[in-house]
Parts: sequence; C-alpha cells; structure tokens
Amino acid sequence: MDIRLVNLTKIFADKHSEVRAVDNLDITIPSGKLIGLLGPSGCGKSTTLYMIAGLLEPTSGQIFFGDEDVTVLSAEKRGIGLVFQNYALYPHMTVKQNIIFPLQNMHISKTEALARTQKYARLVGIEELLDRKPKQLSGGQQQRVAIARALVKEPKVLLLDEPLSNLDARLRLQTREEIKRIQRETGITTVFVTHDQEEAMSISDEIVVMKSGVEQQKGRPQNVYENPINQFVAKFLGTPPINIFAGKVQDGGLYIGEERIGDSNLENQEVTVGIRPEGFEISPEGTLTINIQHIEHIGRDKSIVATNPYTEKETFRFIVDSDNNVFENTNVKVLVKSNKCYVFDKLTEKRLQ
Amino acid sequence: MVEGKKSVNFLRGILYLSPALILMAIFTFYPLFNTFIISFKEEYNYMTGKYAEWGFANYAKLFASGNIFRTCLVNTLVIVFVSVPLSIGLSLLIAVALNSIKPLQKFFQTIFFLPYVTNTIAIGMVFSVIFESHQGLANAIITEFGGNMINWLGGNIQATTIGKGFLDPNNAIFTPQWLTSMIVLMVYIIWNSLPFKILILLSALQGIDRQYYQAAQVDGTSKLRIFSKITVPLLSPQIFYLLITSFIGAFKEYTSVVAIFGNNAQSVGQRNNMATVVWYIYKKTKEGGTTMGYAAAGAVVLFVIIMFFTLINSIISKKRVHY
Repeated sequence: MDIRLVNLTKIFADKHSEVRAVDNLDITIPSGKLIGLLGPSGCGKSTTLYMIAGLLEPTSGQIFFGDEDVTVLSAEKRGIGLVFQNYALYPHMTVKQNIIFPLQNMHISKTEALARTQKYARLVGIEELLDRKPKQLSGGQQQRVAIARALVKEPKVLLLDEPLSNLDARLRLQTREEIKRIQRETGITTVFVTHDQEEAMSISDEIVVMKSGVEQQKGRPQNVYENPINQFVAKFLGTPPINIFAGKVQDGGLYIGEERIGDSNLENQEVTVGIRPEGFEISPEGTLTINIQHIEHIGRDKSIVATNPYTEKETFRFIVDSDNNVFENTNVKVLVKSNKCYVFDKLTEKRLQ
Repeated sequence: MVEGKKSVNFLRGILYLSPALILMAIFTFYPLFNTFIISFKEEYNYMTGKYAEWGFANYAKLFASGNIFRTCLVNTLVIVFVSVPLSIGLSLLIAVALNSIKPLQKFFQTIFFLPYVTNTIAIGMVFSVIFESHQGLANAIITEFGGNMINWLGGNIQATTIGKGFLDPNNAIFTPQWLTSMIVLMVYIIWNSLPFKILILLSALQGIDRQYYQAAQVDGTSKLRIFSKITVPLLSPQIFYLLITSFIGAFKEYTSVVAIFGNNAQSVGQRNNMATVVWYIYKKTKEGGTTMGYAAAGAVVLFVIIMFFTLINSIISKKRVHY
C-alpha cells in the first residue's frame, strides 16, 4: 500500500509567532519500499512522520493510505506501527508483555497473540530475552523490542523516528542492516526519519531531502547524490562534504579564480562551484592550483586538506588514491572531473550545470 | 601516621555533629527509651519517679474489657484502613483529571491545594458548623430536599442516624451514632489529606514521558487500560511512598478528632466514641497521678503496630514497585 501526502502543511502557532514546520509537502511513498526522510534538525521530517502516524493533526493538506483518505482518522485506526526515538518501551513490563500489549488491545485470542509474539521476537532476534525488563537490555536490543512491538500488529505501514540515533557507532551499522533485512522480509511500507545522510543513503530505497519544511529532492540515494538539484542537497549528502568554490563562467569556460577548470555552455556570470571530494585528480596537466596543508592516510586512500584562495571555508578536503606522491606544504596542480563538479547559481543556489 | 590522622578526622566529625547529636539525644533518644521503660513500670509517678514494680500490668490494663483504649484502637484502625485507600484512590483520579485538562489547570490546582495551607483546627471548627446536628449546612440541604435531619455530631433527639436498623445501639463500639459521626470524621480526614497526595501524584504524572502515551495511542489502548496498565504502574513508587507515609499519619490521627468533636472526642451524649490512640496517650499524660504508665504503654503499642504495617508495606513494595 502506498502513502500519498498531498499539499501537507503543519503550522505551529502561538501568541507571538508562527512556524511553518512542514510546507506544502507533496510526496508519494511507493508500496513496500523503505523511504528515508532526511534533513537537518528542525526541517520538519519528524513532524511529517507524526502526521503520517496520526499523532499530529495537519494544518492543511491530505494523507492517503492507498485510496483511503486517512487525514482525520485517529492514530489507532490507521493501522501503523511506530518506533519512537527513545523506544518508549514500558519499563514495568517484560519484553514479552511489551510486545503482546498491542495485541491485547485488539482482543486477539491468547494463543494467537503468544504465537505472534514468538514469531516477531524471532524475526528481530530477541527470543531469548522475552522475560527480561527493558532496563536489562542494551540499546540495540531495546530497539529490536520496539520494532517487534510495532510489527506484531501486522500494520500496513511501519514508521521509525530516528531509529539509530541512540546507538553507538558499531551497533548503528549492524542495526541498520537489520532494519533493512526486516523490512525486506516483511515487505512492509516503511518510512524512517534521520538527520544522518550516510544512514539514509545506505538503507533507503528512496530518500526525501527536506529543508525548513520544504521537500528539496526525492529519488534513489545514488541518483540524488550524483544529481543534486541545489547547493543544499549537494552539501547535505556525502562525507567528506562537497567543496564549494567561488567561480565564474566566461566565454564557454568554467573558472575558479583565473584558472579554467572546465567547459560551460552557460552565459557569462558569477557562479558557485561544488566539487565532490572524489572529483580531484593530481596531475602535471592539472588546471587548478592548490596548496597541500595536511595529508591523512586512511588505508587505500589519502585524505588531503588543502587551500585555494577561492574556497568557501579556509580549507577543503579531497580524496585521492594512496599511490599518489604528494607532500605537505607544496603547491600541486589538480584536474577536476566534470561529472563530480556542479555549478550553482550564486544567489538562488539552484543547480545550473 | 595515617591511623592518627584518621582518628583526628573522626573526632573532628563527632565535634561537628555534636550539636545535632546532643539535641537529638536529649529530646528524641532519651524520651524514646524512657517511654519503653516507663511502660513496664507499674503505678509510675513521673513527679517522684516512684513505681510499684516491673511488669506488664500497664498493658494488661489497656486491653482489659471496659477500657476506652479498645475503642481508641478500633477507631484508629478503621480510620487507617478506610481513609488511606480512599484518599489515595481519590487523589489519583483527581491528579489524572487535572493532568488531562489544559485550561484552568492552575486554578483547580490552587483550589485543591487550599486545605493544605489552612489550619486544621480552623477547618475542624468549620466542619463542626457544617455538620451541626440541628440546622447545620449539611442538614439544611438535606431537609431542603425533603430528607430527615441527621444526627451528625449527636445531641439532636429528633434527628435520625445512619446505620439505624442494621447496627445495634447497644454495641460497645459500633453503634448507629458511631457510624454517623465516623462518616463526618472520614470526610474531613480524606478531604484534608488530598492536597499533598494530589501534589505528589500530579508532579509525578507530569514527569512521565509523553511517548508512552503516544505509543499506547498508536496501539489503540483504551483509556481504562492506559490508566491501569501504564499510568498506575509508572506511578507505583509515588503511590507506595504515599501509602507508607499516610499509614503512619493516619495511625497518629488526633487533631482532626479534637477539632470536630472537642477535647473528649465524642458525639454529644456518647462516651469518647470518636477517640483515637494518640488522643488516649495525650489524655493519660495529662491526667496526672500514676496514669503516665498507661500513656507509655499505649505509645509502645502504637509504635509496634506502625512498625509492623510499615514493614509489611515495604516488603510488598519491593515486590510490586517496578523500578
């Protein structure tokens, strides 16, 4: 079942001010896919999730589950499973009681409820922990219990609010694969919210990048990464982040400072140039002069911190193969790969090339 | 060297604590132990310090038939086991209701808190006017709606009593008049003990993570189930704290009785029918002569009972309080 958000808007207002948390959001979430809502904190992604869940009422716009308009339907009638950021496991109940709790609300027979509890406990891999209390579990285990509790109702939609933010780095990697696996096995339409672009890119079938309540771009993670629609999306995706230079287009050439780094068919104008860290190649025929400040060896790659007078920040960082022979405090020439180089309008920050 | 330093530190610690220790020794520990000792001295005269002999005579006298102490003990137990559960239940409902309303919440909070900052004796006097047996406010309202006057505080021969018919007027304790007056006392005690409980429970409620309720909402949990399966268990530490402190408080009930029923703790025309254990202790310490031993024995009995119930409470709470 797909989810459609139509002109969805949420305004938080008090006496003094009004905040547009979500602004005319129009997205379709395809059936059976895992979708990541991605954006910096305060971009309205959690608000959107809570509106889909039915815990927040939209100011205007509609939400459809399949063909059914659920905009005014209360949370319990929507058939969703929700996993909270801090899991919200009831501390006084055992894992088993936590998982079976939603089923008891639905007046499902005891044997059926127990069977389902077992089934989902096994699916998330916590069947040995059923008699423990949440406090006796690690963060990752609590997370799994929360997912089992959300799934045990066999909902049509699974919603996850920052599912990995309370886990340490190693567990995060493991759990995100786990979430992907569970989603694949159940085939349930899943929406999750995160501010971590790496997390979103690694497990989502599609990502939706949001900023200040407005959808910026939606698509397959790799597509969005390779074809960012504007400077915000380009900067938000990728580690290390994209490098921004002040540049210009002059007579069919793209310049950083007075150095021509590529071609452009745009009119003559001042532009902003964004180059991905993997878009540089050290070469005697290089077109851009940079000064190497510092070199970090990270296994098969070298991460280089360098300066150029036209960078947005004082330094920028790029990555080259470790067999490049470079030295700190020297000037070198680099080539810029045209498919890793984006040109943005200086004022509107829209992608031009 | 280290040893020497340690003992110097110890002495210094004792020195710093000494003002408090000395005061507590004189005004708490000494009276406590002395009460135990006095309770075993027969015909003890606290002016001269003379006594007849050691023994359990004071205790035997307390429980002898016809002694008012029996009434006191029964009344106290009734107060404890009726008023404590009722007031905790009521304050829980009020706290949950207060917590669920947004407008006027502060206003109602203030109203419910008023009894806490009002003098017990003063409220007691107001109650004795409201429940006056002839034309007090309560009776005025009842007769307005065509009912019979009720002999709340005794002394009105024309008025009826609650429990007439199924309680034996000749029973040693449980007479219809006793029940009628006890109802007034209960209303007072419960009403007077609500504010503190509401305050504790309301602040605990406001500390519960909203996400538990959102999770319950998403799962379609009914209001009643949310209350019994989530709210109450999450409040269990506070509820047991209140249970233990109110148990102890109710065992020591005294002021309320005197405030409504006067120094003799009785409905008009009865004999000390509203008396409590602490009332008995006060009375016996004031009578002079050799009654101090009875007061001491009464205090020890009360101490043992409170100790017993507190122990039971804490054993249960270890099993039932969840985290």
